[in-house]
Amino acid sequence: MTTIKMLAGALALTTALSTPAFAQTELSLWYHGAGNEVEREILLGIIEDFNTSQPDWTVVLEEFPQAAYNDSVVAAAVSGNLPDIIDVDGPVMPNWAWAGYMQPLQLSEGALDGFLPGAIGEYNGEVYSVGLWDAAVAMYARRSVLEEYGIRIPTLEEPWTLEEFDAALVTLDASGEFEYALDLGMADQGEWYPYAFGPFLWSFGGDMVDRTTYETAEGVLNGDEAVAFGDWWQSLFDRDLVPGTSQDMADRETGFIEGDYALQWNGNWFGVQTLDAVGDDLLFLPAPDFGNGPKIGGASWQFGVSATSANPEGASAFIEFAIQDEYLAAFSDGIGLVPATAEAAAMTENYSEGGPLEVFFALSEAQAMLRPVTPGYVFQALEFRKALSDISNGADVITALDAATDAINADIERNNGYAVAQ
Amino acid sequence: MAAVTEPNHVARTTWRYALLIAVAMIFVFPILFMVVSSLKPDAQLLRDTSSIAAFLPVGDISLDNYFGAFRRAPVGLFIFNSIFITLVTVLISLFLCSLAAFAFAYLEFRGKAVILSIIIATLIIPFETIAIPMLMVVNSLPFIGANGVQWGWLNTYHVQMVPFLADALTIFLFVQYFKDLPKELIEAARLDGASWFQVYRLVIVPIAGPVFATAAILKFLVMYNQYLWPLMVTQSEQVRPVMVGLQYFFQLNTAWGEVMAYLSMITIPVLAFYLVLQRAFIASIASTGIKG
Repeated sequence: MTTIKMLAGALALTTALSTPAFAQTELSLWYHGAGNEVEREILLGIIEDFNTSQPDWTVVLEEFPQAAYNDSVVAAAVSGNLPDIIDVDGPVMPNWAWAGYMQPLQLSEGALDGFLPGAIGEYNGEVYSVGLWDAAVAMYARRSVLEEYGIRIPTLEEPWTLEEFDAALVTLDASGEFEYALDLGMADQGEWYPYAFGPFLWSFGGDMVDRTTYETAEGVLNGDEAVAFGDWWQSLFDRDLVPGTSQDMADRETGFIEGDYALQWNGNWFGVQTLDAVGDDLLFLPAPDFGNGPKIGGASWQFGVSATSANPEGASAFIEFAIQDEYLAAFSDGIGLVPATAEAAAMTENYSEGGPLEVFFALSEAQAMLRPVTPGYVFQALEFRKALSDISNGADVITALDAATDAINADIERNNGYAVAQ
Repeated sequence: MAAVTEPNHVARTTWRYALLIAVAMIFVFPILFMVVSSLKPDAQLLRDTSSIAAFLPVGDISLDNYFGAFRRAPVGLFIFNSIFITLVTVLISLFLCSLAAFAFAYLEFRGKAVILSIIIATLIIPFETIAIPMLMVVNSLPFIGANGVQWGWLNTYHVQMVPFLADALTIFLFVQYFKDLPKELIEAARLDGASWFQVYRLVIVPIAGPVFATAAILKFLVMYNQYLWPLMVTQSEQVRPVMVGLQYFFQLNTAWGEVMAYLSMITIPVLAFYLVLQRAFIASIASTGIKG
């Protein structure tokens, strides 16, 4: 009898002690960073902090490699196996929201105050996703080179104009010191094209789609401004100022550092390693102003809640927990991206006042523009990429832009204008 | 008739060897580049790509990339998963496809030609076109395992095996081979009272080594290189194969040395399998005594 009592007591005690663990509802989180040890460590730290900070939810991480992530999410959506929390690339978010993969976030009032616009994923009047960081692009240059050839060092307030920028490229090319005056990164033939080169088109006054209606690309992708951009773009290759589409990825990674390229259009994620190699001579310059203001692309990876989550309030609670400044700063220090708030930037090594990458925060704040916020963007990006590639390789500019415009218009029509399902 | 002089012979042999070496180099150089690059730090690796040093183990050589690869991803797990999935699928596939081919080659039944034609016709259907419907099917199938009946096959080993247990190409290979075997062997066995399965097991299988080896190699390569299907059906790292694992190494700043180290490691099982079967292939021809 005593034994039975002891067993019963032990059972009761065990049950009582384990009750809090059982009470927590599990939330699955899918993340695109498999293979990145630093990201994994930071994210696991946030998850652990969240899980121990409250009694209701426990987040479980499942990582995917970035190149396979979008396909995995689409496959899971088809088979009805989406997790509670997903991360999504900013420009892809409208497509997933439109396709019914995501639902709006349930964040507290003021939770996103002070966030860089590029870190907030808004579609159809609702916030679907939020990023802990943004990414920015700058013109990498050497102060000594610009000074040697008498080229003005541009500032945020007074960026290069088209004429100035073009003249600088010609001067650098004529010097004979470099293989190419500018490296655009043509070797990276993925999202880099619309992300990095779309802003040139925007600054010329064109776009991938008419943002007032999102129903046509007519007149914006093949209008006078876009053609002017296309002509100038093609002239870069015709004049051998930049490497073409056959550029080797190895040259992309080493060309500027080794002095083969005078300038390089590159993201902040290459900033630290380039600084290490080039030192104080390195400058991160703002985008040139091609007529309609200097622009760079905004929006990187963000967290959102899947449409099928049975616990959207828990999923949103985790996201709101994760966007605290200390975590934004931790991610920035870990992987070098631009923290989403000024407060977080002040806490980082690279983006705080006087930090080596401080300029990127200012660039994000002043020049970042979102890629078209429409479900059709994923298609538009492919067409834009193809048109740019064709133009680089000598295709007729008007024909290439007309073809892209027609394809984008046909896609919009096929999808009934990407109307939101009621 | 011109006399074959010693200098002519030497010249021809030299030319022949030079040509063979050149051809061999075309195949060997990529592997050599992969292995050598896996020993170099990224900066040196990228620098060397523009010179012959890309193929030479020179400079700062170490195994750091291999250690890095193991830190970045569960390489051992991925290799185990791929080998396990591939070997089980190959073994079952060889058995099922050879049995099917045996029936098509030797048994008489209504609609045989039509069924075989339909099976072969499936060769022209790209896998990508049926991937989504297949995903939906496997997602709603039951499976009886250690935990009882479970619905949905995602995140399992068997979802990566079952759809590939039988395929038209393997069946076609076996059918073609079986058709060319001497009918007298089968007739003699049947006269001696052997059942059809005994004919298959005791007469056909022992003399069909070459086609088994060929089919095994082809199937092994297909299974080991699977990417799209595992990507769609494995959301858990525990069951991911090597090709999906390769994507772990492509980050914003790709660690090329680790990519090469990972590729070197996952290439070893393929080479080992091929070398083992190559011996079996030659041995089977030598032992059957029915070639030609």
